[in-house]
Amino acid sequence: MARVKFLCDADRCIECNACVTACKNEHDVPWGINRRRVVTINDGKPGERSVSMACMHCTDAPCAAVCPVNCFYTTADAVVLHSKDTCIGCGYCFYACPFGAPQYPRVGNFGSRGKMDKCTYCAGGPEADLSQAEYVKYGSNRLAEGKLPICAEMCSTKALLAGDGAIIAEIYKERVTRRGYGSGAWGWKTAYKETVGI
Amino acid sequence: MKTAIHALRAIALALLLTFVGALQPVAAQPAPNPTAQSVKEDQLLQALKPGDTLSGRISIPDAKAANLIQPEGQAWRTFHQGSLPTIAGVAILGMTALLALFFLVRGRIRIDKGFSGRTVTRFAGFDRFIHWVTAGSFIVLALSGLNLSFGKTLILPLFGDATFSTLAGLGKLAHNYLAFPFMAGVALMLVVWVKDNIPTRLDLDWIKAGGGIFAKGVHPPAKRFNAGQKGIFWIVVLGGLVMSASGWHLLFPFTDGHNVVDQQFWVNLHAVLAMVFIAVMLAHAYIGSVGMEGAFDAMGSGEVDENWAHEHHSLWLEEQKKLRAKAPANALPAE
Repeated sequence: MARVKFLCDADRCIECNACVTACKNEHDVPWGINRRRVVTINDGKPGERSVSMACMHCTDAPCAAVCPVNCFYTTADAVVLHSKDTCIGCGYCFYACPFGAPQYPRVGNFGSRGKMDKCTYCAGGPEADLSQAEYVKYGSNRLAEGKLPICAEMCSTKALLAGDGAIIAEIYKERVTRRGYGSGAWGWKTAYKETVGI
Repeated sequence: MKTAIHALRAIALALLLTFVGALQPVAAQPAPNPTAQSVKEDQLLQALKPGDTLSGRISIPDAKAANLIQPEGQAWRTFHQGSLPTIAGVAILGMTALLALFFLVRGRIRIDKGFSGRTVTRFAGFDRFIHWVTAGSFIVLALSGLNLSFGKTLILPLFGDATFSTLAGLGKLAHNYLAFPFMAGVALMLVVWVKDNIPTRLDLDWIKAGGGIFAKGVHPPAKRFNAGQKGIFWIVVLGGLVMSASGWHLLFPFTDGHNVVDQQFWVNLHAVLAMVFIAVMLAHAYIGSVGMEGAFDAMGSGEVDENWAHEHHSLWLEEQKKLRAKAPANALPAE
């Protein structure tokens, strides 16, 4: 089993937002919820960079640590998933998450949060793989079909990489060596306590 | 035809030479580095001050999504999983241990002269109503709140994920709704009881005498509320105010332009104060029930024994007796 990760090569990202759109389409993500988004740093200034960000599927995930009902679990591929049956929508995982990944549908009164929704690395949830119940709650399960996450698979500039952490780190390293620059593996230090040495 | 081709060749050659000539001075300079000014994650993260987030511009309406990385989340996790349970443990278990020790040493504080059989009205119906609305909602708020901090460790193993999730979900709903009667109760308490809770010189004497709680037969004089009760009143009113303000931000999260760091502050303030609040209320509940004979009647039936009133609120009892002598037909309650 591999340790899967995401890596966004910001020097290639053109902020087309196709990853965001593909994700919403693939999983029928409701209005107001974005499992993935593109943030532009230093927008309009020389050297601006855009980074596509979603749940990074952290090692020793903070969301899982603070969850009061233990709704998170980590798969053999190191994907951090959660059970919407167990989640109570308290919002703690959003406070702890370094990447702002958890999203909540607004249900009922006040700022009442519904069951948390986040990137599943296209790996569904605790329900049976590829079942209708799984699709309704978590979206499609591409990993069970032997495919990688849709956002990275259809990235037009191949800025967003998904797959075995060791392999995508090697690809990024090679790119940086060849072209002579790289703004870094965004979020890796925070999520995995390691970065891609260049 | 041939001449035409020759002419074209000549033109092409001339053009090529022109371009090469034009390019030559540029080629002499070093290749431009397109990332000379580009942002680097490392530098940005190192430049972050505590409480800052690494954020940028976003094209979706959700402003929270503009935060790319918030390292503060790690600090919040450490606080929530480490410091908070420690504070809670020290405050709540520490208070429980103190009260148990006090009970073992001092025992139940009895009425020295025993029950007289004559009673005086201490709290009218409305006083007791606001007390129990606040107290009742406080108990549910405290239990459902503690459940979020400790339920995972203490209760979940007993019932399993599914049942515990249902319980915690109901607790969250109860916490959201009962916040309102609690806030109303605290506000009413302030209005109704503040006039008898202004600290006076008498309170200093009461405190010097240790409130009479550590020795038998010592009963410093007090009006309607003694210094201890005034302390509880101000803890409830001011603590309740901060609990309400912080809780309000949790009921309506991310309003008024609040970002995730603000939310972390409010939830931490709410949680720490709650633990201290619970500890103080344990002491209040102890002395108002098992800790002192005759004390519960004040908030139970509202009628306290005259001997109890004489020992603990001597000046207030005198006032009540005078009032009763003036208007015997309709004796005024404590209010």
